[in-house]
Amino acid sequence: MIVPEYWLRDFVDWSMPMDRLARELTMAGLEVEACEPVAPPLPGVVVGEVLSVARHPEANKLSVCSVNAGGKPVQVVCGAPNVRAGMKAPLALPGAKLGGREIKAAALRGVASNGMLCSALELGLSEDQAGLLELPAAARPGSGVREALALEERLLSLKLTPNRGDCLSVLGVAREVAALTGAKLKAHAPKPVAAKGKAKHPLRITDAEGCGRFAGRVIRGVDAAAPTPDWMRRRLERAGQRSISALVDVTNYVMLELGRPLHVYDQDKLSGAIDVRWGRAGEKVLLLNGQQVEVDSSVLCITDDSGPIGLAGIMGGESTKAETTTRNLFLESAFFFPGAIAGRARRYGFSSDASHRFERGVDFESNVPGIERATKLILEICGGEPGPTVDLVKRLPKRKPVRMRVARAQKVIGMPIRKTEMAAVFKRLGLPARHKSGSFTVQPPSFRFDLEIEEDLIEEVARIHGFENIPANPPRGPAKMAALPEARRSLHAVRERLAARDYQETINFAFVEPAWEADFAGNAHPVRLLNPIASHASVMRSTLLGSLVANIRANHARRLARIRVFEVGRVYLREPSAKDGPLEVAGLRQPVRVAAAAFGPALEEQWGTPARAVDFFDLKADLEALLAPRLARFEAAAHPALHPGRAARVLLEGAPVGWLGELHPRWQQKYELPQPPVLFEVEAASLTEAPLPRPTHCSRLPPVIRDIALLVDTEVSVQALLDSVREVELPIVQGVRLFDFYQGPNLPPGKKSLAFRVVMQDTERTLTDAEADSARQALVELWGRRFAAQQRA
Amino acid sequence: MPDIDSIVARAEAEFAAAADAAALENAKARYLGKAGELTALLKQLGAAAPEERKRQGAAINDAKARIEAALEARRAGLAEARLNSRLAQEALDVTLPGRGSCRGGLHPITRAWQRVETIFRSIGFEVADGPEIENDWYNFTALNNPENHPARSMQDTFYVDLKDGNGKDGGLPLLLRTHTSPMQVRYARMWAQRHRGASPMPAIKVIAPGRTYRVDSDATHSPMFHQVEGLWIDEDVSFADLKGVYVDFLRRFFESDELQVRFRPSYFPFTEPSAEIDLQFASGPLEGRWLELSGAGQVHPQVVRNFGLDPEKYIGFAFGSGLERLTMLRYGIDDLRLFFDGDLRFLRQFN
Repeated sequence: MIVPEYWLRDFVDWSMPMDRLARELTMAGLEVEACEPVAPPLPGVVVGEVLSVARHPEANKLSVCSVNAGGKPVQVVCGAPNVRAGMKAPLALPGAKLGGREIKAAALRGVASNGMLCSALELGLSEDQAGLLELPAAARPGSGVREALALEERLLSLKLTPNRGDCLSVLGVAREVAALTGAKLKAHAPKPVAAKGKAKHPLRITDAEGCGRFAGRVIRGVDAAAPTPDWMRRRLERAGQRSISALVDVTNYVMLELGRPLHVYDQDKLSGAIDVRWGRAGEKVLLLNGQQVEVDSSVLCITDDSGPIGLAGIMGGESTKAETTTRNLFLESAFFFPGAIAGRARRYGFSSDASHRFERGVDFESNVPGIERATKLILEICGGEPGPTVDLVKRLPKRKPVRMRVARAQKVIGMPIRKTEMAAVFKRLGLPARHKSGSFTVQPPSFRFDLEIEEDLIEEVARIHGFENIPANPPRGPAKMAALPEARRSLHAVRERLAARDYQETINFAFVEPAWEADFAGNAHPVRLLNPIASHASVMRSTLLGSLVANIRANHARRLARIRVFEVGRVYLREPSAKDGPLEVAGLRQPVRVAAAAFGPALEEQWGTPARAVDFFDLKADLEALLAPRLARFEAAAHPALHPGRAARVLLEGAPVGWLGELHPRWQQKYELPQPPVLFEVEAASLTEAPLPRPTHCSRLPPVIRDIALLVDTEVSVQALLDSVREVELPIVQGVRLFDFYQGPNLPPGKKSLAFRVVMQDTERTLTDAEADSARQALVELWGRRFAAQQRA
Repeated sequence: MPDIDSIVARAEAEFAAAADAAALENAKARYLGKAGELTALLKQLGAAAPEERKRQGAAINDAKARIEAALEARRAGLAEARLNSRLAQEALDVTLPGRGSCRGGLHPITRAWQRVETIFRSIGFEVADGPEIENDWYNFTALNNPENHPARSMQDTFYVDLKDGNGKDGGLPLLLRTHTSPMQVRYARMWAQRHRGASPMPAIKVIAPGRTYRVDSDATHSPMFHQVEGLWIDEDVSFADLKGVYVDFLRRFFESDELQVRFRPSYFPFTEPSAEIDLQFASGPLEGRWLELSGAGQVHPQVVRNFGLDPEKYIGFAFGSGLERLTMLRYGIDDLRLFFDGDLRFLRQFN
């Protein structure tokens, strides 16, 4: 909301400088975003009085004027069609700068011109190039044009919070200024305008829970085409409101001045009594903004015999609107309950000045003053014969007295503000308050909709006392130690581990392209946004993999050859059986996942190390390091994002916790990647548990090592061979580890070569070679029996 | 009897002239070997008179010791030279780059996030996290922001195609949380439940960092962003305490005691009194400008009731700060969009 300074001074005359006032308002909760003069400085531009106008001897369109600029008359050549003797207009003298251009004395077609008479456009005041800007007759020739046009006036741009609907007017801001500066609020109740005729329009309020009060007045015989006077036009424009027509301007003026929305009907277009009632399904109304809306029983309507003619408190209708041809009008000044208006305009996709105010609460004692103020202005501008003001009151908001305990206020604020100061705050704010045995009782006025409970008053005390004057207490609390459980690893520690293994963290949007969900999660029904910012960000991801592939694509496009990224974030999974819980929302699971992807060379290109592409087993090692000390198992399984022969389900203690694999060639092609990235994605919960170490004694005896080289069918998994070791009783075997693998042309088709190293040890005694050989033989026989494995020489 | 001293001198000269171990051993043989000069002298000794034998024997042994010492010295010298030559050959260009894998790094927001956590943990705050798809009750109603209230339009909400099953018409649509404040309610309710019957209940001290969402996308707004919520509820936690904690936090976060912090009255449905917190740097490119940073205030009594607590007994403050804003101010980042571009060239600068 923009409040012009001089308008504000109609209501309160303060003495502090404007910048200081702006600061005080900001620090009282009315944030001043700007406090600028109407126009930039205009040095050298003065009020000029045109004394005479003569035709230029050489040019038809130019005039030679003699202009009184306070001293000796000045000769000026002027091209404006509206120049005439006797008028006053801005005169830029030589040396003045307009829009960066310096005015110089010059000869125009042979006639000397010692300045320039200016339009509003040339002064940068308006877009309007309608000839010379005519100054008020009272302007003194030679004086600065800024005073004559009130260009020194400052405009206060306020950013108001939704609780302060009472400040959506010049009067409301004036109340605040009075409270903050101590200046007195001037008398502002408009004088009633006596009725001259008897014309009334019948009124009815059917639904008083929506409309509590309706004041109205008929004014007959107006000249609606009369122009809006300059002073009003200027104030409206400075307050950010375009001038439209006299009647609309008057209602806007009263709304801005008193915070009182009004509506003007062409009375001749009304059919029968006006009634305020809830809408009925199927009813429609064409609004003043050209929008046709359908109402229902939750939308409060102004109706007549023809049906709805406007949305109450939001916008009038086209069918009954006042126009420049209107002769007889009906003024509406109603009170609508905030709850009956709130959210309705938004539902129809717009907002209006009226709805903005009614949603926040409009003074329910301002109905009649608003009518009287508007009547006076309409009579001044458009003439006419006013009928009596009708004031239909059905139900008004209750204003219950609010109690504030002095001690409670001191406890909440955290300092001993004295009760005399509290009393002074209420007085300055114009809030009637009584004090009795440690408590104030405040009667909230009709214009305040934000004073209902004790805290509302505590807030008033705190903000007028000044937040700056409240101390900043150092924190107090019991010195209780707060160690984290050692067996839990924080997600930050998980991130650090990934960073240590050369992955770069990215943070990606949780809403993604629907195609990513289909491609990387096989999810045809992801959680969908009802109002996405764009179609490529319209579904909630159920996997982080799509986002990481996108990271790789984007960085590959930036010519990076080696890309390793990870992300920690939630995914969103439909789960119809999920119930609401302390940290759960029904119908969904939203687990945190950790995912990583690597693309390009396994290592940064470097000397002394042959280059090779990153592969499945590089990421497997990274994932195993991330899971350590827990040991995962990996089983071949199919995943929509992954190469079917190069994908593994990750299991911890038998439970699946994630996936590891190479991107499916189909997606590699679709997403235009020259090589396949390798990816993994696991539940974050599987990484945050890190059981405490349980160390055992280490044998002092030397271990005995035996190697076994085998030839097995390619289908036989290493895991199966290792698992089978448990089938034989070999207590001296401490560990079996694969240390070499070969598959290729030197072997019979369908075979692969594996080499295992077996570590044997006894805690009590040194093993003999015979014992070791016998254990080795047992393994060879086991694998031969179970997997047809042949020992290689 | 030849001049023993001259033998020693010759031996020393020959040893010194030996270029390598083999030449040295040959030279040694000429003096100390079976056919060596000293050995020959010793052999001749048997023919001398006892007195003479004793005197000459001592002289020869003395010469032998001197020659052996010279030999040892030369051996050590040659070994040293060999070592030096090897060392010279083995010298590396130590400026060659190191080999192996490098290190990645954390996102700048994560970095700031960790810093916030560390600072608040240091005075006993716990850290909580919860759902991002929320229901209407936790995101709005429990925070004293009922349906249709004008304060709701302060936040443009993303809705999803699921309903909460509460209330009329099959429920209200679920939404992406517009702030981390729902975690205030979830955490406080869990706490109140856990400490039911304890009097007094231990203080609630928690921060809840995480992702938040609003329908807003331009140069200064991202549809997804991060907030950190803070909540301290006890029997006597005041607005003055909020000021103390938050000012201290900012000064520690930015490591500047000159930092100016301003609390300005504002409005949020879930706090009263409510404040916007602005900060101003004493130096640097942003010197002297007030920068909006956080919303805060004393928790509204209705919200305390929704925690399951009696607002007469328990009061305290809450705050919500934008992590992007903190990160940008901390590291001097001027474009919000850099955070979510995934551009490794930008991100690596924080490693």
